[in-house]
Amino acid sequence: MTADAPTIVEAGRRLRSGETTAVELIEAVIDSAHRTEAQLHAYLNLDREGAREAAQAADSDLAAGRDHGPLHGIPVALKDNMCTRGLETTAGSQILAGYAPPYDATVVRRLRDGGAVIVGKTNLDEFAMGSSTENSGYGTSYNPWDISRVPGGSSGGSAAAVAAGSALAALGSDTGGSIRQPASLSGIVGLKPTYGTVSRYGLIAFASSLDQIGPLTRDVADAALLLEAIWGHDPLDATSYHGAYPDPRARLDHGVDGMRIGVVSELAGDGYEPAVEAAVAGMVERLAASGAEVVELSLPTFEIALSAYYLIAPAECSANLARFDGIRYGHRAVGDTAEALMARTRAEGFGPEVTRRILLGTYALSAGYYDAFYGQAQRVRAAIQDDFASAYRQVDALVSPTSPTVAFKAGERVDDPLAMYLSDICTIPSNLSGHPAISVPIGVDDQGLPIGFQVMAPALGEQVMFQVAAEVERQADFTARPTLIEVAS
Amino acid sequence: MPIEIDIAHVARLARLDLTDEELEGYKSQLGVILDHAARVQGLQGEPHAGSAHPLGLFNAFREDEARPSLDRDEVLSQAPESADGYFVAPPALEIE
Repeated sequence: MTADAPTIVEAGRRLRSGETTAVELIEAVIDSAHRTEAQLHAYLNLDREGAREAAQAADSDLAAGRDHGPLHGIPVALKDNMCTRGLETTAGSQILAGYAPPYDATVVRRLRDGGAVIVGKTNLDEFAMGSSTENSGYGTSYNPWDISRVPGGSSGGSAAAVAAGSALAALGSDTGGSIRQPASLSGIVGLKPTYGTVSRYGLIAFASSLDQIGPLTRDVADAALLLEAIWGHDPLDATSYHGAYPDPRARLDHGVDGMRIGVVSELAGDGYEPAVEAAVAGMVERLAASGAEVVELSLPTFEIALSAYYLIAPAECSANLARFDGIRYGHRAVGDTAEALMARTRAEGFGPEVTRRILLGTYALSAGYYDAFYGQAQRVRAAIQDDFASAYRQVDALVSPTSPTVAFKAGERVDDPLAMYLSDICTIPSNLSGHPAISVPIGVDDQGLPIGFQVMAPALGEQVMFQVAAEVERQADFTARPTLIEVAS
Repeated sequence: MPIEIDIAHVARLARLDLTDEELEGYKSQLGVILDHAARVQGLQGEPHAGSAHPLGLFNAFREDEARPSLDRDEVLSQAPESADGYFVAPPALEIE
């Protein structure tokens, strides 16, 4: 089979011209899920009933002249770390099995208010910690381009669902690349917006100075559209930005003539697959041919960004996940004292990667090691921000591969945490700086596996980022579609 | 050279009741990861005083006004054990 679901823009046009209905759109998505879920396991919970009701309401509203905007009647999937009132939300962890949140996350409320149809909750690495979905407490998701491979992670279920047409778009969360890397490995578009622009109220926290919600879509215009629907100030998130927001769609058609684009020299070389490097170099040449002034820039701190990230993120995770104590919600083990109950609940409820990161973060924050590890990682973070600031005085946007490799085989990296962490080497710097970055598919390797191209921009530089990303998309003319077969190698 | 850590102490701080075998496994994995992470100590020069927020936000205050909160029964319905509007938990302190 091939996945040929429409974009949000195209589906919206068909809805308003009367060529289709929201009910037909959701039935096509559910049908696609029925045909592919046994192989992909993109969803933890497909909410057929809730989605059908929402689609019927969207159709009645449209018939009555109540158009809620560009997402009206559009089937959108949610990574299962976003709270949905009364609908099980597990964050991929057994410790939250059966948890039905008493409230909707702000992004969920915004989607519902915009008339979107929530298809269901997608699989992820437990608490969004991982790069393959193999750390999920509910089994691995697989890549629609080759079902022996992972879709990337941690938003791998969202990426697989969109790539397979089991949702027209999805939301994910990105702490170190968890939207962009799976988008790259699954041949779709994935965006991490500027930190503070999309509310995290109701996002189950992993590392709060890094976490950001963003869209996974079939094309760049859809990503801009979905971003516009979910971002904006929210008093329920203390880190939410209160100033003016740019119009992300304003420069989609402007091309890159006269723009200055920097190629990050540190994001190449050892560990990067030749096919990935060749595709990225080819795209850079085409951007130059389209009138961009391309310069190679060295950002030396990128060499130690991964090390800083694997101290800062686990440190924050060890604090955030202290709330899972077996007292107020989720799994509870037997224990005579509160402490025994707590320690047993956590040992039973958390999987190995989450346990590993809690231990790592606890160590990095503990007396005697704080300055050498956590304190020093924060200084590296500031130095990375300095490097970015210096780069953005010279160029409008930076580009690189999104991931050093194409989708890898399931099981290949599970026993080697450090090898798994290296999947995020290109995406982590933009999390540490809080800047926006997007992955756009630009081609396939000789096995037919998709390759992603990353465009980075300064804080609130979404307009410039989308301008470059849209040109990348035009130049790539990426029309390949997944086939859901196993590729021998 | 992997870094040596007192893993049992760290697990106790993190409230994780792990077996000796699990502790050994995590100890060696953390040693390798920390060896890589220690590269942060190679940073040259002194960066600006960084902020975690790229837009420079700090402290968000609101008016001190009462507003609706989550429904108590709905919240307690998710608790492993509750009674009379409270969460039920074993004693935090041992009583002689």
